[in-house]
Amino acid sequence: MYTQGLDQAEKKEAGGAGKESAEQLAAFQARIDVEEKIEAKDWMPEAYRRTLIRQISQHAHSEIIGMQPEGNWLTRAPTLKRKAILLAKVQDEAGHGLYLYSAAETLGVSRDRMVADLLSGKAKYSSIFNYPTLTWADIGAIGWLVDGAAIMNQIPLCRCSYGPYARAMVRVCKEESFHQRQGFEIMLTLCRGTDEQKAMAQDALNRFWWPALMMFGPNDSNSTHSAQSMAWKIKRFSNDELRQKFVDITVRQADFLGLRIPDDELSFNEATGHYEFSEIDWQEFFDVIAGNGPCNKERMSKRRKAHEDGAWVREAARAFADKRSAQAA
Amino acid sequence: MSEQVWPLYEVFIRTRGGLSHRHAGSLHAADDQMALDHARDTYTRRSEGVSLWVVRSDRIVASDPAETAAFFEPAADKIYRHPTFYDIPDGVENL
Amino acid sequence: MRPEQTLTAYALRLGDSALILGQRMVELVAAYPELEEELANANFALDYIGQARLFYTYAGELEGAGRSEDDFAYFRPEHEFRNLLLVEQPNGHFGDTIVRQFLFDVYYLLVLEALTRCSDRRLAEIAARAEKELRYHLRHCSQWLLRLGDGTEESHQKVQQSLDELWRYTGEMFAADALDDAMRTLFDGPDLGAIAAEWHRDVAAVVDEATLSMPPEQHMASGGKKGVHTEHFGYLIAEMQNLPRTYPGATW
Repeated sequence: MYTQGLDQAEKKEAGGAGKESAEQLAAFQARIDVEEKIEAKDWMPEAYRRTLIRQISQHAHSEIIGMQPEGNWLTRAPTLKRKAILLAKVQDEAGHGLYLYSAAETLGVSRDRMVADLLSGKAKYSSIFNYPTLTWADIGAIGWLVDGAAIMNQIPLCRCSYGPYARAMVRVCKEESFHQRQGFEIMLTLCRGTDEQKAMAQDALNRFWWPALMMFGPNDSNSTHSAQSMAWKIKRFSNDELRQKFVDITVRQADFLGLRIPDDELSFNEATGHYEFSEIDWQEFFDVIAGNGPCNKERMSKRRKAHEDGAWVREAARAFADKRSAQAA
Repeated sequence: MSEQVWPLYEVFIRTRGGLSHRHAGSLHAADDQMALDHARDTYTRRSEGVSLWVVRSDRIVASDPAETAAFFEPAADKIYRHPTFYDIPDGVENL
Repeated sequence: MRPEQTLTAYALRLGDSALILGQRMVELVAAYPELEEELANANFALDYIGQARLFYTYAGELEGAGRSEDDFAYFRPEHEFRNLLLVEQPNGHFGDTIVRQFLFDVYYLLVLEALTRCSDRRLAEIAARAEKELRYHLRHCSQWLLRLGDGTEESHQKVQQSLDELWRYTGEMFAADALDDAMRTLFDGPDLGAIAAEWHRDVAAVVDEATLSMPPEQHMASGGKKGVHTEHFGYLIAEMQNLPRTYPGATW
C-alpha cells in the first residue's frame, strides 16, 4: 500500500532490543491483545517503534509525493469546478502528510529527519506515484483506483494499536471519503462523453490498473514483515486479502462504466465468489520500488528542489521569530 | 550549516460554542501567529471549529506514563467520592 | 454602454484578476517552502478561483447570452482578459509571490470594501463574501512580508528586490478608465483616487515595519485593463484552456 516498501527485507538495524525483558514484551503484547491503545510515551518494544516510524513516515511521504501526479493537471483542469475540486483534494493530501508526520513525530523522530531520509532516497514512498499522469482521465483513474485501493488499507488502520496513528487515520479517512467519488465521477463523465473521451478513460484504466494492484505490496508469501505487524495490530489484513477485496469491488464498477479491465485472464469464480486475475508483473514492481519507475527521478528532484528553494524562507521566518522574542524579552 | 527547524505546536479546537477545546493535532510554525494561521488552514478546512488554541509542544507539562500507577491508582479505591457508593432507601426523593 | 453592460464588464474584470492570480498560485502547488504553507496557499487559491466563478456566473446572467463561468475562463482569447498585469507575472521565488499577492490584496480588499456599498445588490453580496476571505489573505501575506523583510540579510535583499521589480505593475490599479468611471457614476462604485491614497498608506506601513524601503517613483506599466498583456500571459492562457479547446463541445 502506501507503505509497501515495508514488505521488503531490510538490513537489521542495531537497536536496544537486548534491554527488553521477556516480561516487558509479554506485558506489551497482552495490552495489544485486549485492544488497548498504545500512546506516545508508553513503554514499547524498540522494534514496534521502528516499524511504526517507518510505516507512518512512508505513508506521509506517499501523501506528499502523491501531490505531484495530480498537481500536474491543476493548471489544465478542464472546468473551474474540476480545478477547485482537484485543488481541494491535493490540499487534503498535503494535510494528510502533515497529520502523519505529526503522528510519527510522537515516536521521537523529527519531521526534518524524515524529510531528509526521503530526499536522500533512504525512505520509500508508494510505487504508484512514480507513474505519469498523461491525460485528464488519469486524474479520474487515480481518484477511482488509487484512492479506492488506499481506502481499503486505511480504514483498518483507524483501529491500529498505536493511538496517534489511529487518530490521524480517522481524520484522513473522514476527509478522503470524497476523493474516490470525485475520481469515479470524472470517469463516469468521460465514459458518457464523446468517443474520444471514452477512449481516454479506457487508456487511463489500462495504464493504472496494474500499478493499482501493486499498491497492496508483494504476495503474502513474500511479505517479510506481515506476521509481526499483524501480531502488533499495526496491520489487520494481509496484502492478498486486501488486493482481492479491491479487485472484487472494482471489476463491477468498471462494468458499470462500460470499461474493460486490461486482464485477459480475469474471470469470476462461482465457487469462491471472487474474481481471479493474472499474476502481477513483479519485476516491474521491484524496479519501481528500486527507483527505476517512469517518474522516480522527476518526483524526487521536484521535491528536493522545493525543499532547497524554501530553505532561505524557513530560515528567515526563524530569524524573524528569534528577533521578535528577543525584543519581547 | 544544519537548518534550524520550526518548532512543533499542538492545536486545540472548540467545535462550537458551549463545548471545550479538544486536541486536534500538531503542526510546525516559526512563531505563534504563524501557528495560529496554520492551525486555521490545516485543521478547520471543513468548518471544524469556532475557536483555536495553539501551544508550543515543549511548553506542555505531561504526566509520566511510567508513573501511571502511583499517579492515578490511589484514586481508584476512594469509591466514596461517587454518588453510587451510597444506599438511599426507596421513597426518599430529591436526593 | 448600457448600465448592465458596465456591470458585466466590471464583473468580468474582477473575475479575471481573481482567476489569473489563482491560476498562478496553482502552478506552485507541491513547491511551497513548507508543508503548512501548501495548505495555506491552497486555501487562498481556492478563494480566488471561487470568487472568479461567482463574478463570471453573475456576468453571464447579466449578459443574457447563455455564457457560463467556463465559457469566460476557457473560450476567450487572451486579449479579452482584463486582469491586472500584476497578477499574471510569473511566480519567481517565494518572496516574489508574497509581494505580488500583498500588493494586489491591499488593493483588492479596498475595492471589495467599496463594492459592498455599491448600488448593485448582487455585486455587493459577492464583494462582501470575498472581502472576508481577503482580510485573512492580507493578514497572512503581510505577516510574511514582515518575516522576509526583517528575517535574514538574504531574505531582506530578496524581498526588497521583489518589491522594486513588481512595483511598476501597481500604477495600473489606480488609473481609472471609462469602465471605472461608469461603475462609479452609475453604481456608486469604488473611487480609485481615494483607494490609491489608502493603498499607499497601508502598503507603506507594512513595508516600513518590514524594514524595507518603498520603491522610488517610476514609470508604470499598464495594459491589462484593456487586454494588452505581458508576454507571459499567452502561455498561461494556452495551458489553462488547452483541454476544453482541444475537445470542443465535450462535457467534463
